[in-house]
Amino acid sequence: MRSYRPGPLLPTREGRDVALFAVVAILCFLATFGAMAAAAAQRAADGWSRAMAAEATVQVNPRPDESGDQAAARAAEILAAVPGVIEAEALERAEAERLLRPWLGEAILPDLPLPHLVVVRLDPDQPAQAAALSRALAEAGLDARVDDHSVWRSDVGHAAQTATFAAIGLAGLAALAAGCAVIFACGAALQARHEMVQVLSLTGATHAYIANLFQARFAWLAAVAGAAGALGAIGLLAAVILGGGDQGLTPALPFDWSDIVMAAPTPVLAAGLAALAARLTVRRLLHVAYRTETRG
Amino acid sequence: MSSAVRFETVGLRYDAYGPEVLRDVDFTLPAGSFHFLTGASGAGKSSLLKLIYLGAAPSRGQVTVFGQETTRISPADRTSLRRRMGVVFHDFQLIDHLTAFDNAALPLRVAGQKPKAYSEDVQELLNWVGLGARIESYPPALSAGEKQRLAIARAVVGRPWLILADEPTGAVDDDMAVRILRLFVELNRLGATVLIATHDHELVGRSGMPSLHLDRGRLTQVPA
Ligand SMILES: Nc1ncnc2c1ncn2[C@@H]1O[C@H](COP(=O)(O)OP(=O)(O)OP(=O)(O)O)[C@@H](O)[C@H]1O
Ligand SMILES: [Mg+2]
Repeated sequence: MRSYRPGPLLPTREGRDVALFAVVAILCFLATFGAMAAAAAQRAADGWSRAMAAEATVQVNPRPDESGDQAAARAAEILAAVPGVIEAEALERAEAERLLRPWLGEAILPDLPLPHLVVVRLDPDQPAQAAALSRALAEAGLDARVDDHSVWRSDVGHAAQTATFAAIGLAGLAALAAGCAVIFACGAALQARHEMVQVLSLTGATHAYIANLFQARFAWLAAVAGAAGALGAIGLLAAVILGGGDQGLTPALPFDWSDIVMAAPTPVLAAGLAALAARLTVRRLLHVAYRTETRG
Repeated sequence: MSSAVRFETVGLRYDAYGPEVLRDVDFTLPAGSFHFLTGASGAGKSSLLKLIYLGAAPSRGQVTVFGQETTRISPADRTSLRRRMGVVFHDFQLIDHLTAFDNAALPLRVAGQKPKAYSEDVQELLNWVGLGARIESYPPALSAGEKQRLAIARAVVGRPWLILADEPTGAVDDDMAVRILRLFVELNRLGATVLIATHDHELVGRSGMPSLHLDRGRLTQVPA
């Protein structure tokens, strides 16, 4: 006699699954892209604060016997010798005027008192401290103010942290919504299959056996939907990177190919979450049914 | 002799303010006994069976099956009790998206048996009830009589200790009715306790087996 392969106890394809599939796939897409955006925000924050940490600006107040440009040039020479400084360059008046001309026009520029600035490029690995720069300038008898951008850096850090938390929060909300959708769909499926569940129970199936059927079905559906959502997020990532030039979309959100790894856990997490949601829903509903059958 | 089923002043209401559809029902079915359950339509036959297979709980009194009080049973005990019962439902309760074979094999499958282990038995049983050619058919494509026979096959496939059948011969011709009755008698001879609800007085008379009679929810005839 031929061996017999039993058919699935839950029908594999059902019309209403399409809607659930779409909802879960879209939410997984949002969650995955949110995680990618969080990674990019983190990277942007790192990049900016590194760039700012590698630079300081010094404003020189010339003595009465010295011109501004002379004082700035002297300061640049002294600063270049401080350990941790790679390069120090005085911003000459001519250069400053060139930068300001488009905004201020020719007429007032000659009379405008401009600050005398030195731009200092620091060794990113061992940057010179602001105090060391100030000390070197004071010893040379220069009256100057050093700005190492630390105020900006902490502002940028806060902004980046906020952006990261927001992205993680949105990803978490999408995951939560996906879980709720599965709970809802699982309850509906159980209701729709109420008679079958009854028959299974009457023929000796345990609650765990019945819950496993629904759990496996929704876990599989969520895994496939999660994979679809993750692929969508990878597609958008690729579009942003390829379409946004070398720097990604903008320097503000520097996406990177390595962000693809954010998509890897999506199908697994979606399946796990769906399995859990389905299991808890079915167990709860079966328990309610059990109570009415045995307690009246 | 130990009892398979025991009712003690059992009452059943489907809803709190509705009528009592079973009233002061008291009886005992000894293990290994064979009984019919008769009564007019609406007398409460299906309801009485439902209390035994734990499809409903009594509103008062006590139902005991194989020594277990049904209102105090744990989910695990309820499952093992149901695995020792085979029920032919009045409306068959077949699963439409499963083949006749899978429907008949359901109790074995949910109990964790492998198809390899039960294929042959199931096929043989389906042959016996005359469905050998329909094992791949789905219930919606079966006639009422074929569905009934499939429901019977499913009820007995697990060699239950207790067989409950709700009008198991209502949709088949006389020859098949006799054949089905013979199956139940044979299983009873092998040790199963059998309770069959029926309208078919001719069948009851012919079998020579005792019966319980329900009249508007009260038991008016109890086995000796
Ligand atoms: N689920 C239910 N909810 C409410 N009332 C019910 C329910 N099932 C049965 N009843 C009522 O209980 C009474 C007994 O019904 P039951 O089905 O047990 O009778 P029966 O003897 O099996 O009848 P029949 O021979 O027609 O099958 C009837 O009055 C019926 O209307
Ligand atoms: Mg009935």
